Amino acid sequence: MLDPRLFILNAEIGFNAGDMIVQLVMFVILLALITKFAWRPLMNVMQEREEHVANEIDTAEKNRQESERLMKEAQDELKGTRENAQKIIDDARKTAKSEEAEMIQTAKSEAERIKESARQEIEQEKERAVLALQEQVGTLSVQIASKVIEKELTVDEQEKLINEYLEKVGESK
Amino acid sequence: MDHGSPMYEDVFGISWLDFNLSNVLMTFVASLVVFLIAVLASRNLQRKPTGVQNFIEWIFDFVKGMISSAMDWKTGRQFLPLAITLLMYIFIANILGIMFMVTINGDLWWKSPTADPGITLTLAVMVVALTHYYGVKLRGTKGYLKNFFSPIPILFPLKIVEEFAITLTLGMRLYGNIFAGEVLLALLVSFMASGMLEAAAGFIPMLLWQGFKLFISSIQAFIFVMLAMVYMSHKVMEDH
Repeated sequence: MLDPRLFILNAEIGFNAGDMIVQLVMFVILLALITKFAWRPLMNVMQEREEHVANEIDTAEKNRQESERLMKEAQDELKGTRENAQKIIDDARKTAKSEEAEMIQTAKSEAERIKESARQEIEQEKERAVLALQEQVGTLSVQIASKVIEKELTVDEQEKLINEYLEKVGESK
Repeated sequence: MDHGSPMYEDVFGISWLDFNLSNVLMTFVASLVVFLIAVLASRNLQRKPTGVQNFIEWIFDFVKGMISSAMDWKTGRQFLPLAITLLMYIFIANILGIMFMVTINGDLWWKSPTADPGITLTLAVMVVALTHYYGVKLRGTKGYLKNFFSPIPILFPLKIVEEFAITLTLGMRLYGNIFAGEVLLALLVSFMASGMLEAAAGFIPMLLWQGFKLFISSIQAFIFVMLAMVYMSHKVMEDH
């Protein structure tokens, strides 16, 4: 390829100034036109797509963080609610327990009271019965005695005798 | 090649202004083809690419990779249109001569425009001139001049020689590869045209050589753009 003709201007195969100028001008025109009509729109679209994808990634990331935050919030709320419910249950249980104890106490004291009053009544009744019996026994013994000794005793002596007996009865009892 | 060229000499009476009309024609054809491909591929652009848009975007990404392997993308993105146009133009220009060659009245009309040293050197000079332009534009005159004296000032003469050397090699590499391919193609064609037996014998080599030349064409287009971007990065980047 080192034909000396190559390096001589205007050689048959070689440097033609006209070709060079045409080539240069043609290429510059091609570059300008092709950039305006093809590359510029194409680059814009690619740029737009890149931005779109970047935006989408950002949005997805933001959404993810947001949802994570919401989930945590909900979890916290759930935990709080659970604690609250537990507290309410505990409270109710405690209240019920104390109420139960109180009720038992009340019932016990009531029973005690009823028992007491019953005992008192029994005591009273007994006393009354004893009194009634005393009187009854008195008259009965008088009647028996009068029947036995046939009016040999006076009423006063009789009375005295009865009292003596009665006291003996009370003592021996 | 034993063909003549359709010369149109001394235009406007200027003694040095000669035109090889074949080159003018082929330059125009190559430009037209590249332009049509680009415009057809970038019609109906969509955010979600389909069909031919995928293809052109693949080329974009390819060239993007070439540029970012030479310099950082922030600086390099402004050279993207130039690099893609260069790549496509040179590739198309290279393969124009593969399909067929047309000779009219002994003059070779249809060939690769890049099989002419003037054409390739014009491209090379344009690229190198652009590297100097962007070197001044992006680094300032001082930074641009400093580039010639770094890393050590004594390399200055070598740096000057280098500028001419890279221009010459950039153009001549392309020219040599394509021209050699065309010479062999022309030889094969004339061999096959000399008789039936020769035609049959030359068929397989012809096919092989055309395939190889297609390969050479794409490789050379790639190398040209790659080197253009490397030279560009030498001028526009801070440390090299």
